[in-house]
Parts: sequence; structure tokens; C-alpha cells
Amino acid sequence: MLRVCLRGANATARRNCGRTPLTNLQHCRHYTAGETSGGAAKVVAAGLVTVGGGIGGAILYAKWDHKFRAAVEKNVPYSDWLLGLALGPASQDGGFPVKTQMEIAQPPSMMEKQMKTSKAKPEKKVKEAAESPAKETGPVPAQPAQSLEEASAEATHIISAISEVPSVPAPCDTEAAAVKEECKETAAVQPDTESPAAAEPIKERPVEEVAARLAQQDQEEQDIVASISASLEESLASSAKATLQAIGAQEAALQAITRHTHKLKEAMEAEVSPQEKSAQWKDLEAALADRTGAVDDAGAALLKANEALDSLKSVIDKSKGLKASAVRPLVLAAEENLHNMVVDLDKVVTKVQSAESEAKIVSQYSELVNEAKQQFQREVSSLTPEIQANWKGLTGKLSVDDLNALIAHAHRRIDQLNRELAEQRVREQIHIDAALEQQKLEDQKALEKAVNTSLQHFKEEARLEQERKLSELREVMEAEMRTQLRRQAAAHTDHVQDVLKVQDQELRAEAEQVLSSKMLEQETCYRQLSQEQLDNFTLDMNTAYARLKGMEEAIDSHVVAEEQARKAHQLWLSVEALSYTLKTADADSPTVPLESAAQVVRDSCGDSDFALALASALPEQSLQRGVYSEASLRARFNSLRSLVRRVALIDESHNSLYQYFLSYLQAVLLFEAKQEAPPAHLSSEDLDPFKLLSYASYCLEHGDLELAAKLVNQLRGEARRVVEDWLTEARLTLETRQVISLLSAYANAVGLGTTQAP
Amino acid sequence: MADEYGRKWDRCLADTALKTVTGLGVGIVFSVLLFKRRTWPVSLGSGFGLGMGYANCQHDFRSPYLIHGHMVKVNQIQYTVLCRPA
Repeated sequence: MLRVCLRGANATARRNCGRTPLTNLQHCRHYTAGETSGGAAKVVAAGLVTVGGGIGGAILYAKWDHKFRAAVEKNVPYSDWLLGLALGPASQDGGFPVKTQMEIAQPPSMMEKQMKTSKAKPEKKVKEAAESPAKETGPVPAQPAQSLEEASAEATHIISAISEVPSVPAPCDTEAAAVKEECKETAAVQPDTESPAAAEPIKERPVEEVAARLAQQDQEEQDIVASISASLEESLASSAKATLQAIGAQEAALQAITRHTHKLKEAMEAEVSPQEKSAQWKDLEAALADRTGAVDDAGAALLKANEALDSLKSVIDKSKGLKASAVRPLVLAAEENLHNMVVDLDKVVTKVQSAESEAKIVSQYSELVNEAKQQFQREVSSLTPEIQANWKGLTGKLSVDDLNALIAHAHRRIDQLNRELAEQRVREQIHIDAALEQQKLEDQKALEKAVNTSLQHFKEEARLEQERKLSELREVMEAEMRTQLRRQAAAHTDHVQDVLKVQDQELRAEAEQVLSSKMLEQETCYRQLSQEQLDNFTLDMNTAYARLKGMEEAIDSHVVAEEQARKAHQLWLSVEALSYTLKTADADSPTVPLESAAQVVRDSCGDSDFALALASALPEQSLQRGVYSEASLRARFNSLRSLVRRVALIDESHNSLYQYFLSYLQAVLLFEAKQEAPPAHLSSEDLDPFKLLSYASYCLEHGDLELAAKLVNQLRGEARRVVEDWLTEARLTLETRQVISLLSAYANAVGLGTTQAP
Repeated sequence: MADEYGRKWDRCLADTALKTVTGLGVGIVFSVLLFKRRTWPVSLGSGFGLGMGYANCQHDFRSPYLIHGHMVKVNQIQYTVLCRPA
């Protein structure tokens, strides 16, 4: 009891100690109310300034450095929005247009180079040469000659490339094939350029198309050639005619000039009779008129000839510009003709000019003479005005004075002339020098002109020679190219034949394989089907047999089941009898011994091991003596209770009598509930004997003997010893009851199991 | 075993009473004979008796599994109930 009191005190103390002093902590918080308000504002302001400065600096740097901007946008989530707001969208396309322009600028320059230079080129440039001309001539309206030249340029490139490789068919094939493929690729790049320039001899086209194209090209060439030759001939003819005319005119002029000069000389020097003189003068005038006319004609003819020659030159240039190869000899011939004509014309012109200069001298001389004569005539007439011009015919009309005056005048004149002569002789040298100088200058000029013209003529000849040589070389190269192409074609056909053979074999093998595999498939399919049929038939037979068996078994099992049902009924009846014997217990005396009933059960359970085991599990005591009923146990418990209360404090160590006394005192003084519902889980507090007793009595009152026994089992010490008997009896009763209930459950189950539903 | 408890107590009390009285008697005797009718041997004797009975009782309770035998005289047919070890 002391312990109980101590326990109660401890419990109450524990309950009271649960409320910890929470209220102390709340006072500690409100101390630092508003001491550093100014400092906080300063710190906040400084922080804001730093953050703003950081952001502004980042924006400025992002504006200057795009990589930084990209990095910031990538890493910081909403920075791209902010930066876009501040700086505008990021400029990313700056670099690209420049690059494309550069790329575009390159091919035209390449193309120009290709057009200008000649054959020896490295192999890489074949592609670009093929590509760029194709590109360029695609949009250009059809200029067949130009395209042909490009095609031939291409072909020459290819030939030059191939000629670098040793001319053995197999390697040549591969090289050619490789080049062909390259060209195919480049040709495939521009599939749409169906310009006439696509007469690339390397693209695989059907023969008819190629032939058609070649025929077309030939036709075109011929047309061009015909037109050019026609035009050339025409212009040649016209220019030849004009030149001849000019030459004729010049010759006529020359003749006229020489005639005139001759006549003039004659007229100057020949001393003939006056009638003849006048006739001579008339002839001279006529000759002069002739000469001027002839000179004019010659000049006009020369102009015309020059025009014609210029037109011829232009036509030649144009035809050279068209660049048809077959036209070249014509062009060359025309040029030569032109050159010859020009040369002839120049010669004739020089002749005419020399004649003219001679004539000038003679005319000057004649003029001088005429002038002197006229002067003399004027003097004579001034002296003797009556004398008429024709003084030579005068005889006897003149007086002595006149004669003397005349003679004096003549003498004076002679003196004068002598003086002049002397002067002239003196100044001869100077005049000669001056004349020589003049002549030299003129000679130089003439020389220069002659030199220039001859230089031009020579240049022209050299150029023509060069052209002739070029055309010859070209022909040679063309012939060579043709042979190489022929060789290449032969090699190609060989290669194609080989490839075809190999392909044929491969395809044959493939076809055979496919055939054999298909045959195999079909066979296996057929076999599978037949097997399936067999299997199905077997399956059906098996199912039928199984069903038959099943039916037989069912019938057998029915019989067996009926037998079992009968046995189960018997068992059930015996179990019922056994459970009935339990009820025969009186208030204080046990039941009748269960031996007989158990025996019946044992007999009726037959071969069920479970039932046998159960039947033999009945405790001996119950079989021999019988069991007490629950009511008697309850009554006994109630009487036991007071005893247990009295020895509640005595434990296993069997304390002294004093303990006994204390225990008795406790029993007297302690009051517990008569009955108390036991909790689901027993805690250590519930192991108090008094509590246990009240739980047990509650259970007993509610008919739960098992739980009551369990609870009573928790008693320890002397109390336990006291209730030992009761516990044993309770156990016995419980055991028997359990076995019987199991048996009855089993019997019920068996009975239910064997019951056949209608 | 509840009955055993009762029986024990009966035995115990009877024994204690007997011993006490015996002790008392012996005490009286000694007091009269040897100690000039003083009280102390009486109380001593009764105390002895009480103590012995108490000790016996305690011992009996502490050893619950000890079987107390009864002497059965042949002449007297006494049906005694044997104490069953619990």
C-alpha cells in the first residue's frame, strides 16, 4: 500500500511537471526596438546605388561587346528582355552579307581569268571553269559562238587534264570517270541551264540528243560561216573595187601630173613659134585642168577606197569577234587582202605625192619665169608704152631712141641681173644650205611617214603571220584532241562492257537467290499448314477423350461425394452430441465425463486426420472428470477475488508476515471498481492486481472467459498461487470448448462441402 | 489453492497461539521459581513464544511448496487431504 501511495504521488507529480515555463522567452524579444534607424537607411541607400551602378555598367558593356551580351542573356533569366529594352535587338547579321558578296565576286574574276589565259591549267580549276561559264552563259541570251568557245575551252581543259595521265585504258577510265563524275556533279548543280552551251561532251545524254545537238551546232556554225563569208566577200569585193578604182584614179592622176609637168617643162624650155606656144599653152592649160580633175578624182576615189577599207576592217573585226573557228582562214585571207590593198594604195599615194611635189617645183619654176617675163614686159612697156606685148615680132617700128633706151634698159637690166647673179652666187651657199635644210626637214618628214607606214605594214604582216601560225596550231591541236577523244570513247566502251558483264552476273545470282528463297518459303508454309491440320485433329480427339474421362470421373466423384456426405452427417451429429454434453454441467459440479461422446466422435470421424487429431486433443481431465461450467467458474472467481485482494502485496519472494499484514491493510483500505472494461492494450499500470481483478470480473460478467483467464494469468506472486486452481479449471474448460467448437466448425464445413446443390 | 491459504492461516494462528501460551506458562514458572515473581520472565517467555510462532508462520508462508505431513495413526482412520503441490 505504501508503494501504491508512492506510485500515485509520482503519477501526480509527473502530470504536474508537464507545463514548462514558456512565458519567459517572450519577454526577450522586444529590446532592440529602433536604435539604428539612420544607419539602416544609409546602408539601404548604398546598396541600391551599388546595384543600380552594376546593372548600368553591365548594360553599357553589353552594348559594346556582343559576346558579353550573349553570355549575360544566356545565364541571367530575364536579362534578354531588359537588354532588348535598353539596347534594341541584338545585331547578328552583320557579318554575313559581306561574306556572300565576297563569294559572288570571286567566280566572275575567275571566269575572266579563264577566258583570257590559254590551256595549261591545274585540274582543280576544271570544276570552276565548268561551273562559272555555265553560270554566266545561262542567263545570257543564246550566243552560240561564245558558248561553243567555252565548250571548246572546257574540252581543252579536260583534254589537258587527261593528257597529264598516262594513256593506259584502265587508269584513264577511272580518271575520266572521276572527271566525268566531277563534271556531272557540277553539271547537276545547274540542272536548269539548258543553254546551248550545254554541249559539254562529258554529260551523259542519249545519242540522238547528242547527235541532234551536234548537228544543230554544225548547222549553226555553217550558217555563221556562210553569213560571215558572205559579208566578208561582199565587203572585200566592194573594197577591192574601190581600191582598184582608187589606184586607177591615182595612176590617172599620176599620169596627168607627169603629163602636165612635162608639158610645162616643154613650155618653159622649148623655143618654138608663138602659135605653137599658144597651142602649147592651151595644151598646158588643158593638161592642168586634166591634172586637177584627175587629182580630184583620185582624191575622191581614195576617200571612197579608205571608206571601203574601213568597212572591211570593221566587218573583219566583227567576224573576228564572233569567234567561229571555221571562219578564221577566211578572216585571215580577208585581212591579208586588206593589207595588200592598203599597201598598194599607200604606194600609189606616195607616187602621186612625189609626182605632185615635182610638179610643184616645175610649176614654181614656170611661175617664176612667167613672173620675170611679165616683169620684163611691164618694164618694156613702161619704157615704151607703144610697144605691144609681142615685141619679138616688132621690126622697124622702133626708133633709135627707143632702141637706145631699150638697149640701155637692157644693159641696165643686164647689170642688174649680173649684180643679182653675183649676189645670188654669194648667197648661193646660204640658200643652198637653207634649201638643204628645208629639204632635209621635208626628207625627214617624208622618211618618218614612210617609216611609219612601212612599220605599220610590217606590223600588220607580222600579225597576219602570227594569226596564220595560230590557226595552223589550232588545227593541229584539234586533230590531236579528236584522237584523244576517240581513244577515250574506246576505253569507255570497253569499261562499260565489263561493267555490264559483271552486273549481269550479279543480277542473275540475285534473282536465283530470290527464287530459291521464295520456293523455300512456300514449302515451309505448306508444311506448316499440314502440320497445323494434324495438330488440330489431334487436339479435337484429345478434348473429346478428356471430356469422356471427365464425365466418368464426375460420376465416380458423385458417388464418393455422397458417401462423404453421409459420413459428414454422422460426424456432425456426434459433434453435436458432444457439445450437448457440455451443457450438462450443474452449478458447482462438473459435467459428465466426455469420454463416451468423444469416442463416438472418434468413431464417426473415420479417416479425417484433422478430426481425429482434434478428437484426441481433448484434455484427459475433461474426458475423465468432465469440465466445469462457466457459471460455476464465475461464482468461484467472485469468492476468490477477496482472497486475492488480501494477498495482493505479496510477491514471489514470500515476504514476511508484516507484509501480509500490510497487504491485508491495503485490501481493507483500497477500493477499486467492481468491474471495469479492460483496455485494448495493457500497459504496466494495468498490471496492478486490483485492476486486473476488476477487468477479469468485467470480462466474466460479459461472458468472455478467455480474456478473464488471460487477465488473471497476469497476476504474480502469492495471488497467482491462490488463483492457480481456478486458472487450471478455466483453462480446461476453455480447451474443451475450443476443441468442440473446432470440431463442430469442421463438421459444418464438411457438411456444407459435401452438400450438393439442387 | 485458496483453501490452502485459509488452512495455512489456521495452522499459523493456532501454532502461534499455542507457542505464546506455552511461553507464557514457562515464563510464569520461571518467574515464580527463579526470578522472585518479577514480570520480565513472563513477558520474555510470551515474547519467545510469540516470536517463535511468528517465525514459524513466516517460514510456512515463505515455503509454500513444503508439504505438511500428517501422522495417521493406524487406529484412527483419518481421511486427510494431501497438500498438492500447486
